[in-house]
Amino acid sequence: MFTETPVARKNVAVNRAMAILFLLMTVAIVLPLLGILSYLVVKAAPVLDIEFFTTFPKNNMKEGGIYPAIVGTFWMVTVSLLLSAPVGILAAIYLNEYARESWFTRIVNLAVVNLAGVPSIVHALFGVGAFVLITGRPCILAASMTLGIMTLPVIIASTKQALAAVPMPFREACWNVGATRWQTIRTIVLPNSISGILTGVILQVSRAAGETAPILFTGAVFFRRELPHSLHDQSMTLSMHLFSIATQGGQVPEAIQYGTAVALVGLVLAVNFTSILLRIYFRSRKKW
Amino acid sequence: MVTSILPPALDGVDARDLSVWYGTRKVLEGITFDARRGEILGIIGPASSGKSTLLKCVNRTLELVPYSRMTGTLFVEGMDVARITDVQALRRKVGMVFPLPVGLPLSVYDNVAYAPRMAGLRRKVVLDEIVEKSLRQAALWDEVKDRLNLLGTRLSGGQQQRLTIARALSHEPEILCLDEFSIAVDPVTTMKIEDVLVDLKKEITILLVTNLVQQARRLADRVVFLNAGKLVEFGKTEVLFGENPRERLTFDYVRGKFG
Repeated sequence: MFTETPVARKNVAVNRAMAILFLLMTVAIVLPLLGILSYLVVKAAPVLDIEFFTTFPKNNMKEGGIYPAIVGTFWMVTVSLLLSAPVGILAAIYLNEYARESWFTRIVNLAVVNLAGVPSIVHALFGVGAFVLITGRPCILAASMTLGIMTLPVIIASTKQALAAVPMPFREACWNVGATRWQTIRTIVLPNSISGILTGVILQVSRAAGETAPILFTGAVFFRRELPHSLHDQSMTLSMHLFSIATQGGQVPEAIQYGTAVALVGLVLAVNFTSILLRIYFRSRKKW
Repeated sequence: MVTSILPPALDGVDARDLSVWYGTRKVLEGITFDARRGEILGIIGPASSGKSTLLKCVNRTLELVPYSRMTGTLFVEGMDVARITDVQALRRKVGMVFPLPVGLPLSVYDNVAYAPRMAGLRRKVVLDEIVEKSLRQAALWDEVKDRLNLLGTRLSGGQQQRLTIARALSHEPEILCLDEFSIAVDPVTTMKIEDVLVDLKKEITILLVTNLVQQARRLADRVVFLNAGKLVEFGKTEVLFGENPRERLTFDYVRGKFG
């Protein structure tokens, strides 16, 4: 007998209401993003051309482009990830594949979680106190190290997650036929977690590119007449540039401010998009 | 339990007064038995009686279980496993097959060639030979010989189990441990594998953990009956399955009256 009882009707109604609620929330998180993007692009439209992205600022930022800021951001992000990605990935491999639960690993895990929660301005002060002292003066290296410390815990966490997603029986099967832990990691674990690991690292690109506070005192400058030549030079960056021209009390034309924002957001979106493509590519090769 | 002071035999497995703890929980208590080359030793007993743990002691994968501890002595091919420094070599001497098949996310060929490669073997001709021999022994060769590049994880459950057995044989073990291998396998495949085991035991020692007492009766030369971590009875299959086993518990268990 399949007659509908009042309880069944109520369950169906509640289920439908919940589905609609979830859908609305999903739409609600997409709308602001689209809103922000279109607002930025419309406001920046007057300055958006190739020249804006390939020339130096002129006339005290009131004219010209943002080329050195783009180059500087590229430097900072690249160097910071070159420092934090290897350390973070290798540490995560140790924590997930080798370490047994002990007071040591518990402390390390606690430290990672807490480091991830430290506000970026605190990282900045630490960078001034530690890295600038080492390098002698604010420079790209000191700023990148500060950014690196900031991204490190997240890279460790995301790498650990990617490694843990490889089913345990694969490892046991390898150990049982006499493979060492490293052989197992090299042949089975890493090939099957590399997409997750890379995604985690790439997402930190956008975070490192967007932060202003950590580089404010450690290596970013308001204006510089030339591109950085080495890691010991200071550099302009997009986030720093946006921060300074936006706080100059309306002297810099609005379109330039919004143009800089478009460049920054565009960079972040491009990077995220790359990580999505990468994930799709690796998932198509997934083997179980 | 009296611990034998006789020197260990140079083949098979010798367990003497073996106890295992997981944390403070004792899962095996004073187990003593032996298994010789040329025989199949059946290990039977109800759920959580310690059968699988016993196998883990043989290739020392027990130490990968957090908070595990083993006392007593276990000899594999005359070597005290606790004193072996090259544990990878020990694990190559012991083939392991678990209840659920695990095809590694590699091709069929690479699945079987995995162990020899990890042991340092590189020559294609030799690897080809090992792969074919192992797959034939596991009664899988005819089904996969034309698609060795297929992913192992894409095979059917029964095929994956035979792939697992082929992998366990690929490093030419002296001891083969099977833990409920027929759980995920259809009856026809089970019979095929059973024939393979009878054939294999001429050269090696086989430890067969099984929940199917009739399987133990069919295949085993001697049987260990475990219950709640203790060895209830150890002896010839005819005796344990006969009218007069030493223990009443054995009599009841093999007739399905408990467990």
